[in-house]
Amino acid sequence: MDAKTTQHTKHLSLEESYGYDRKTLDYIRKAAAHGLYEIRGMGAKRKLPNFDDLVFLGASMSRYALEGYREKCATKTILGTRFAKKPIELDIPITVAGMSFGALSANVKEALGRAASEVGTSTTTGDGGMTPEERQSSKTLVYQCLPSRYGFNPDDVRRADAIEVVIGQGAKPGGGGMLLGQKVSARVAGMRTLPAGVDQRSACRHPDWTGPDDLAIKIQELREMTDWEKPIYVKVGATRTFNDVKLAVHSGADVIVVDGMQGGTAATQTCFIEHIGIPTLAALRQAVDALEDLDMKGKVQLIISGGIRSGPDVAKALAMGADAVAIGQGVMIALGCNGDTYCQKGKHISALDDYAALGTAPGFCHHCHTGQCPVGITTQDEILEQRLEPAVGAKHLKNYLKTLNMELTTIARACGKQNVHHLEKEDLVALTLESAAMAGVPLAGTSWIPGGSGIR
Amino acid sequence: MENLTFDLAQTKVSALNSYLHRQSGESGGQKITVINPDGAHNIAVGLDSPVEVEVIGHAGYYAGGMNKTGKVIIKGSAGTGVGENMMSGVVHVQGFASNGAGASAHGGLLIIDGDAGLRCGISLKGGDIVVGGSVGSFSAFMAQAGRMVICGDAGDALGDSLYEAVLYVKGNIKSLGADAQIEALTDADISALTDLLQQSGLNHDPKSFKKVASRRELYHWNADANQEY
Ligand code: SF4
Repeated sequence: MDAKTTQHTKHLSLEESYGYDRKTLDYIRKAAAHGLYEIRGMGAKRKLPNFDDLVFLGASMSRYALEGYREKCATKTILGTRFAKKPIELDIPITVAGMSFGALSANVKEALGRAASEVGTSTTTGDGGMTPEERQSSKTLVYQCLPSRYGFNPDDVRRADAIEVVIGQGAKPGGGGMLLGQKVSARVAGMRTLPAGVDQRSACRHPDWTGPDDLAIKIQELREMTDWEKPIYVKVGATRTFNDVKLAVHSGADVIVVDGMQGGTAATQTCFIEHIGIPTLAALRQAVDALEDLDMKGKVQLIISGGIRSGPDVAKALAMGADAVAIGQGVMIALGCNGDTYCQKGKHISALDDYAALGTAPGFCHHCHTGQCPVGITTQDEILEQRLEPAVGAKHLKNYLKTLNMELTTIARACGKQNVHHLEKEDLVALTLESAAMAGVPLAGTSWIPGGSGIR
Repeated sequence: MENLTFDLAQTKVSALNSYLHRQSGESGGQKITVINPDGAHNIAVGLDSPVEVEVIGHAGYYAGGMNKTGKVIIKGSAGTGVGENMMSGVVHVQGFASNGAGASAHGGLLIIDGDAGLRCGISLKGGDIVVGGSVGSFSAFMAQAGRMVICGDAGDALGDSLYEAVLYVKGNIKSLGADAQIEALTDADISALTDLLQQSGLNHDPKSFKKVASRRELYHWNADANQEY
């Protein structure tokens, strides 16, 4: 018997360890090689209970369904009715989440603004300030006030339609922004008052207030500054959501944005993304509980974000008590993120080699932090950013948002609602114990809500 | 040129602010006196024209915040975040200032005759701050651009994670923050100091100041830095 045959017949023991699976082995080897934690983009990749674990009951004997194509189903959404003289009026309850110029190219920001304006919704700035392109293309623009205050400018406060005070983000509650040197181009650096090319690590705390009592005064300052016209949002990463939402209400917010742990980022330590924060499903229920506890449901509006991908996700979020949703990653995927090709003058061009150069492939990419986005979305590179043509991006995004809205109204009509905001928790049941407990809805076919309701 | 008085014992801060926001460059040079401020928050925030606001007494949080081209004089002490995120113009506190004075100021000049609390000049982005007295700990934390003159002492961790901002301190520095270092004064520093001291009406020998600037070692990730970020 020669050696070759032996190899073929010898039984190989390939029992994989659960605790030390290949992912873990890879992680340990990388840590040993680099002495530095992994930094990446996008949101949590691990399996988490999410909106897929809920289903709608729909109308039947005791509920009247609406005709899918003929009968009206309203989607109009008003945000900021508590104190602002000029609340935000949107045609659909689906908004574009805050993403910075810096993380995204100027082309992408323009595409977001165009698409959002066409479907009648808002976009949001991010760390690093407002670009003129963005203000011009977006009819309703929410201006973020972040811990770093990069490029924070009173003229832009006056130009904005609403102000969002960002306390935290679902991908990294307790962490500041991060933009690695390769994305800190001359323009980005100039807007942020930083030397070009530095690995930018933003502050994780606001410079001029330290707790909820201070925040109340800070919010008042922004109101005074804008003569009480503009809605003030407060955005929190999902952690102690029940308490955070109550404190945000006490601080005087018009609108509260809760970003669950599935929420994306352009760059953060993986340990942050996967291990800090709670799932969107649990956070949403806690936020609604908090508003109900304070009798503020409908007075202070709630926007939920973090892993909202589809029309059914939007419908379920609304049924659980959100007034609107914000989408980041879904928007990027609509623009071509993780796709095989990018579109240039009507032609599809393969991006496979560029994914490979980053050590990844379409479907697996989370390399936004590198600034070398193969499809030209999360980049400041002059050549790469051309890969996203604003008109093409805007068209895809508009289609995506329209689809979501059609699915949302389809579901609402099936549940007998003439207005998507009439969807309610009673329309939902859960498929798993985890989601039933987190969302506070009964397990399908039972009246059982594990853990009872109102567990914080 | 008008001279108007707002009595905050009678009028709300909102009325004062919305009046100030209606002023334009053309009516320039107007002077507003605010009496009985009684520590009210958000006095004269968001000025957008060259008006002059004189506050007789103590102001609460964020006095003169986000100022652009205006001049705010506080004849008393100021609460947290005085002159925060100002873009241009002058905010002058003739008493003491609390925490976060001049936080993230992009331009303009903040003068504090007395002492300033914690985190003075935090996230400074191009503004100038002159403190006649001492500043508390963590001052100029992550300051990116601009200049800070401290005529008294500085507390712990001065200039932690500094970028390109430059600090001048006459008195003692309790400790420097990560990545901050003392550097020799250059001729350019002397003339900058002379100018800032003069604008602030302070009489100190520019040569008696120490300069603090960034070592620039935290500008890039470095695996061997043992978490000193
Ligand atoms: S394709 Fe671009 S936007 Fe999508 S994950 Fe990769 S780098 Fe980020």
